[in-house]
Amino acid sequence: MSTTTPTRKRPKMRVDLRQYGILAALAVIVILFQVLTDGRLLLPGNLNNLIQQNAYVLILAVGMVIVIIAGHIDLSVGSVVAMVGAVAAISMSQWGMPWWAAVIISLLLGAAVGAWQGFWVAFVGIPAFIVTLAGMLLFRGLTLVFLTGGTINALPGEFNAIGGGWLPELFGTIGEGRGSRDILTIVLGVLAVAMLITQQVRSRAKQRKLDLPVERSVSFWIKNGVAAVVILALTFQLSAYRGTPIILIILAVLILLFTFVLNQTVFGRHVYAIGGNFFAAQMSGVKTSWINFFVFVNMGVLAGLAGVVTTARAGGAVASAGQSFELDAIAAVFIGGAAVTGGVGTVIGAVIGALIMGVLNMGLSILSVDAAWQQTIKGLVLLLAVAFDVMSKRRAGRR
Amino acid sequence: MTAILSMNQITKDFSGGVRALDGVSLEVERGHVHAICGENGAGKSTLMKVLSGVYPVGSYGGSITFENHETAYRSINDSEADGIVIIHQELALSPYLSIAENIFLGNEIATRGVVDWPKTNREATMLLARVGLDELPSTPVLELGVGKQQLVEIAKALSKQVKLLILDEPTAALNDEDSAHLLDLINSLRGQGITCIIISHKLKEIRRIADTVTIIRDGQTIETFEMKEADATEARIIRAMVGRDLDSMFPPHTPEIGDELFRVESWTVHHPVDTTRKVVDDASFSVRAGEIVGFAGLMGAGRTELAMSIFGRSYGSHISGTAFKEGKEISVKTVSEAIGHGIAYATEDRKHFGLNLIGSIAVNISAAALSKLSRFGIVDRFAENKVAEDYRGQMNIKTPNVSVLAGNLSGGNQQKVVLSKWMFSGPDILILDEPTRGIDVGAKYEIYGIINDLARQGKAVVVISSELPELLGLCDRIYAISEGTITGEIDRADATQERLMHLMTAGKD
Repeated sequence: MSTTTPTRKRPKMRVDLRQYGILAALAVIVILFQVLTDGRLLLPGNLNNLIQQNAYVLILAVGMVIVIIAGHIDLSVGSVVAMVGAVAAISMSQWGMPWWAAVIISLLLGAAVGAWQGFWVAFVGIPAFIVTLAGMLLFRGLTLVFLTGGTINALPGEFNAIGGGWLPELFGTIGEGRGSRDILTIVLGVLAVAMLITQQVRSRAKQRKLDLPVERSVSFWIKNGVAAVVILALTFQLSAYRGTPIILIILAVLILLFTFVLNQTVFGRHVYAIGGNFFAAQMSGVKTSWINFFVFVNMGVLAGLAGVVTTARAGGAVASAGQSFELDAIAAVFIGGAAVTGGVGTVIGAVIGALIMGVLNMGLSILSVDAAWQQTIKGLVLLLAVAFDVMSKRRAGRR
Repeated sequence: MTAILSMNQITKDFSGGVRALDGVSLEVERGHVHAICGENGAGKSTLMKVLSGVYPVGSYGGSITFENHETAYRSINDSEADGIVIIHQELALSPYLSIAENIFLGNEIATRGVVDWPKTNREATMLLARVGLDELPSTPVLELGVGKQQLVEIAKALSKQVKLLILDEPTAALNDEDSAHLLDLINSLRGQGITCIIISHKLKEIRRIADTVTIIRDGQTIETFEMKEADATEARIIRAMVGRDLDSMFPPHTPEIGDELFRVESWTVHHPVDTTRKVVDDASFSVRAGEIVGFAGLMGAGRTELAMSIFGRSYGSHISGTAFKEGKEISVKTVSEAIGHGIAYATEDRKHFGLNLIGSIAVNISAAALSKLSRFGIVDRFAENKVAEDYRGQMNIKTPNVSVLAGNLSGGNQQKVVLSKWMFSGPDILILDEPTRGIDVGAKYEIYGIINDLARQGKAVVVISSELPELLGLCDRIYAISEGTITGEIDRADATQERLMHLMTAGKD
């Protein structure tokens, strides 16, 4: 390698078009509804609602994509959301716990639920479909037991802010009254762009230094340029409403954290290895049972968090909370390009999948399309997305 | 003397210019038990698939005459209608259906689509009596052992008015008692006028029941003779089976053998489901540093099972025996323990056990030793890519870069990825199971070179192979294994194909 001549062409990395296919689909849907709604889709208020309303799907999809990569499924998350919400509300309104203790209890309860299901899947060897189908009934039943007194309302404001609040306007605003903009939100947007570009440039430099294949400069800068413009535009719009939703910060942390976990950690690698070829993973010394167990514990914790967020945004706990949340999360993951057979999927894909569903919901609601038709359209989108995936794979197989 | 079947000058080519059959001729006398012998890959199974219509007429050359008419089977249904039934090594019964339902599956006794159960059960009972199986026809097949399932298959064949019964290694999965019973049954079927073709590796078995034997090698008939002839000896069969040409060249190899590195004593493994059957029986062997040791055995002899059971008990049940590394006893109860002791096992079945086909080359190479590339559970992906790129160069893996998926590589390159994975785990002992299966000649030569390099670095290498020329060209010492027992050990200087084949077919008495 030391004999490299300066004129030698560095190997170029090929761009994975499949990943960009979903992103393009999201862009098309956003533009379509932006036109159909006469520009109302991306108004500051709607953008804010899009984030706060869909936070639960995003959180669940991040956990679900890991479950699905490992080759499993989790049907119980909707019921877990309801049960955790009920326990959180009870802990504050009846046991008099502070809001932060309620959050900790919720996450621990989620972890316990995950450990319970993980035990049956990983160590007893019952298919996850059955274990979590049982969990779906079990935890919904327990929710009803906990909420025999009916709905619990009047939760502390700090707790409700997790789902429906905003960061304080630390740096004040530009302008006064209507049309004023929160400076903090804009600062955060600029910071995010700066971090993104720095990280990308650094990793590119390191690839160069190690003489590894790098992406072409043109596509590298176009990609990051587009990302920067989108982030800045979105934060600029948000700043005109009530600032940065607290949940947006939580989501950003989760997405970054789990992208890192799946790509850069031994745990993440083992998850892909198990889903890709269980026997090969076992024969390579991967502790398959423990990995499966922790995949479910992780899903449980995230379902607990989704329970907190849902209860906080609703401002109370009801027994019917979280109905069909599992289906939203599973749909998001598959629209995001995960494989039904396991081994394939990304956090960012799942997030884009969840956003596609979210934009569809919001756009159709603004157009006041009947709820029955909304369901129908979402069902078709899911089917077409997976059909596209299956067919493109078959084409790749023939090549 | 009348022939029920004659196959003339059968040729069969597969895509990619592989000639599996190259002018095979076979005459089977009516009412005889005709044995077909040959090494793995000699063309026995292909020949039977041609006969039974699995490969339809037109896809092969030559002609087949059965019962005095030329056949033109387009599917297995056509040949079954003529009374030719083939029973494969992997039994094809539906486990949750009853014996009677299995016997008449696809051939139900019914009027206008409604099954006549009383008649079905009565007929099934009669068939079971003929094959000597004392079970109720309503018993689900999954409650039967492999031996009894085989009898159900034969009953099924009898229900189809079989004239020519083909059995592909029928006793390979049976214990001694079931094997004996099956051979008796074949004998009695011969008495009822049913002609049998039996494919078998077990020479004792052939001597016991066959009237005639045909030996096939490299897609050609070598010879056919009557077992009652005076010179019809096992030695004659062996002589005809071996002697495959050396189709590969071997890189020069000068062994520098050091001290004993790895030793296994009294290793016994039972079948994972049929726990009464010993798949490996009291096997002991050793490997020294810098030594390449071969394991010769035919398919089903227990070679892979021996290796996999040593590698973290990945196969079998009731495993007993001890493993020693550098004279000290070690525990190899899990795969991670085995890897921790410096053992690597590159599997025979790359696609099932070796590779994550939807993962990149880099991910596959690092899979067994991620801990070397990570700190606090975080993988250094740059280092990982660097390692993979290094192996790509060193092993000459033909690919533009290491982010290509393993599933998109050719067999030879996939094997190099598997070898890279295990070399990166830094092993002292490498067990390579069929390292050149399904690989072209050029890649084979490269892999032999890699194996030599590993030995030169002082590693102990075990090569399991069913290709005798490969073992003779590569190994310093060869163990032969047959029916789960190590039947002999030969040094390179004394080894010949005939001696090895003799040991490989030396069954239990």
